[in-house]
Amino acid sequence: MNNLQQKAQQLLESGNYGLIVGYEKGTSGKARPVFIRKAEHASKLIFDESCDQNIAVYLYRQEIKHNKKKVIVANHHTLKSIVELAAENQVFDGDFMVLAFAENGDIIELNTFEEIEKHVATLYHGLTEAEAAMMKKIEDMSLEDRWAFWENEFSKCIKCYACRASCPMCYCPTCTVEINQPQWISVPSHTLGNLEWHVMRAMHLAGRCVTCGQCGKACPLELPIQLLTYKVALDSKQFFDSVAGTSICADNALAIFKPEDHENFIR
Amino acid sequence: METNNTNSFEPKVVAFVCNWCTYAGADLTGTSRIKYATNVKIIRFPCTGRIDFMLLMKAFANGADGIIISGCHPNDCHYTSGNFHARRRWMIFRNLLDFIGVDVNRIVFSWVSAAEGAKWAEVVNESVDQFRQLGPATSYQKLIKNSEFQEVE
Repeated sequence: MNNLQQKAQQLLESGNYGLIVGYEKGTSGKARPVFIRKAEHASKLIFDESCDQNIAVYLYRQEIKHNKKKVIVANHHTLKSIVELAAENQVFDGDFMVLAFAENGDIIELNTFEEIEKHVATLYHGLTEAEAAMMKKIEDMSLEDRWAFWENEFSKCIKCYACRASCPMCYCPTCTVEINQPQWISVPSHTLGNLEWHVMRAMHLAGRCVTCGQCGKACPLELPIQLLTYKVALDSKQFFDSVAGTSICADNALAIFKPEDHENFIR
Repeated sequence: METNNTNSFEPKVVAFVCNWCTYAGADLTGTSRIKYATNVKIIRFPCTGRIDFMLLMKAFANGADGIIISGCHPNDCHYTSGNFHARRRWMIFRNLLDFIGVDVNRIVFSWVSAAEGAKWAEVVNESVDQFRQLGPATSYQKLIKNSEFQEVE
């Protein structure tokens, strides 16, 4: 039994915590989320580099919400999302404890939002080298090539909305795609409607995306749709100096304004 | 516009304007008897802050070749800050469209006050010229055609 499993067992046995959300070994070398309620199941928990899923999305789900005090095993994506969810009042201080990991593998207990915020400040915010290279590859294309690239990608989308379901920031009880008067997003999946859906998803995440890339990882067709939200996240940083997932009290970039916001295209 | 060449391409232009400044400005253009391009169809909004980006997407999806968006100058908003919020949204939206390969020259943004009737005529004329040069929005029209097979009314 490793540190994490021992810790989990202690927490559940103490009776103060009713549920641990973490990762277990999945199929084909991948990790998958696991929900542990009994101390004897604590040995299922793992935490290694395969645990890259953002599981903050489970914190506010109905099935989880009513549980007695929760524990969440968080990677750096999950931590940033928790901070952003806290800023948007979707999770509540003291409702859960976070088990994060120091670089040497030590477990860090984070009980309050303030502690989480402080820990997140020590993490790297921004795209990885590989992600930045993908962004650059597309930005360097000509306009026609970019359109051809995205037209091809969007034509494959089956509108399963796995991107939405996997995103911790997509928590609206009624999403615009479920509204049918007017029908903003077409029901059948054709390229035009798919394009509108992906533009809308990215726009609604402007200034809120923590660039975890979970939408792209969740996509069954492996479309690089995370690049769209990366784009709005990078622009929010560049234009408004707003980085999501860094502060528990910051407003969204698009919910506030500054009279001196500078643009160069309005005549 | 007076044109004898019936084969020349005339862009379909939708203008999203705010009630308090640009709509009144466009009204002034008319009462001042200033002529401007007839390609434009004006849609009146309570405020530029109300102009959702999805409305622009729908304008393109319904065959617009170009879009004009106009409202009160900064600090002149009837609702104090609607245009500031709109400006932030457009900054993000415009770059996102560019990223997916939509020609952002097909959307013209401007501030036109209720006193700027002449500026409105100028904005429309110059935009229509710009859209005419860009030609029909063929890349989008291909998607529209493709979608019509699948949509059942």
